[in-house]
Amino acid sequence: MAGVGLGPLRAMGRQALLLLALCATGARGLYFHIGETEKRCFIEEIPDETMVIGNYRTQMWDKQKEVFLPSTPGLGMHVEVKDPDGKVVLSRQYGSEGRFTFTSHTPGDHQICLHSNSTRMALFAGGKLRVHLDIQVGEHANNYPEIAAKDKLTELQLRARQLLDQVEQIQKEQDYQRYREERFRLTSESTNQRVLWWSIAQTVILILTGIWQMRHLKSFFEAKKLV
Amino acid sequence: MGSAAPRSASVLLLLLLLLLLRAEQPRGAELTFELPDNAKQCFHEEVEQGVKFSLDYQVITGGHYDVDCYVEDPQGNTIYRETKKQYDSFTYRAEVKGVYQFCFSNEFSTFSHKTVYFDFQVGDEPPILPDMGNRVTALTQMESACVTIHEALKTVIDSQTHYRLREAQDRARAEDLNSRVSYWSIGETIALFVVSFSQVLLLKSFFTEKRPISRAVHS
Repeated sequence: MAGVGLGPLRAMGRQALLLLALCATGARGLYFHIGETEKRCFIEEIPDETMVIGNYRTQMWDKQKEVFLPSTPGLGMHVEVKDPDGKVVLSRQYGSEGRFTFTSHTPGDHQICLHSNSTRMALFAGGKLRVHLDIQVGEHANNYPEIAAKDKLTELQLRARQLLDQVEQIQKEQDYQRYREERFRLTSESTNQRVLWWSIAQTVILILTGIWQMRHLKSFFEAKKLV
Repeated sequence: MGSAAPRSASVLLLLLLLLLLRAEQPRGAELTFELPDNAKQCFHEEVEQGVKFSLDYQVITGGHYDVDCYVEDPQGNTIYRETKKQYDSFTYRAEVKGVYQFCFSNEFSTFSHKTVYFDFQVGDEPPILPDMGNRVTALTQMESACVTIHEALKTVIDSQTHYRLREAQDRARAEDLNSRVSYWSIGETIALFVVSFSQVLLLKSFFTEKRPISRAVHS
């Protein structure tokens, strides 16, 4: 590679980028159907400082042709991401094809909600939208060819980097596990305390109510001169 | 300098090959979604002929932690159907190329909405660099050690995921129990008061009615 001049290299790079871009837009795996104003939510339970990348592509149902149009400009999807405390981390409107990224700062259940607020669907009727979705979390979100190119790693170094990333993910998950277990223990201990105190309280209330009943009735019957 | 042109051509060819191979590229989807009561949600994916795919699913929260699931091939035949399952794993080798759909149904439940996790894997894991797939020589010791470690770590991550899901289920149950203990205790205390007061009142009413009659008798 050392003997090649910069000119042809740059042209090669541009062509490569173009083709890679074509590759990226074509490939989406899983898809599902969504109604007009329907909201679909997905939950990702992740440790903190974990990156999540989501890619989606939408296609609209054409009622006349009874087929899904390959790509429809003008369609919009609203993506909202909430962290475990309910705070909104990301709330943005994207086009008919989009990519959203966020990094978690607190461990726990993050909710990713998608809904279409496009009014064009009402005009075309049918009201069905096909959404291709791909969500990658943590280590799966890393783009290894990009990392190899940026840091100029050999194949072996890249493999080692992948192993390091996996181990880091495992460590984060284990820390998160410790945090979850502590929450679980607190909840169990709270239940234990509640059961204990409520049982004692109910027994005391029962005894007191019984005593009150007897005394009240005794005084009632004495007033009636039946006792 | 002279090697630049054929080199760029070969890179282009490689990328074109990548573009074509993209159609067959193995994929995986791991999602957790909410399934409202009386609802059914379906997911579809295109699978090539002869490719093995696997579906793992587990119910995390809601009701009796069970869900109906069925998988259909492109011709509409049901290749897998289970009702009221908590978790299951299903693998299948696709005989027909086309769009396979799998659906989760909560139509048997009237008021509990569920959270379902599923992991749909198609084919084998793609190599991290496209070049790695087209090797001509055997792997060196270092590389095969890396591959072994990678596979082992994948197993660790998988078991961590399963453990996390079970823990989430247990934690949801524990938190549900915690809140139910509070509500039921308060409810029982109120019921206790109501019952004891009404007992006394009822008893008093037995003896109070006869008063006018007995007064008339005494006087």
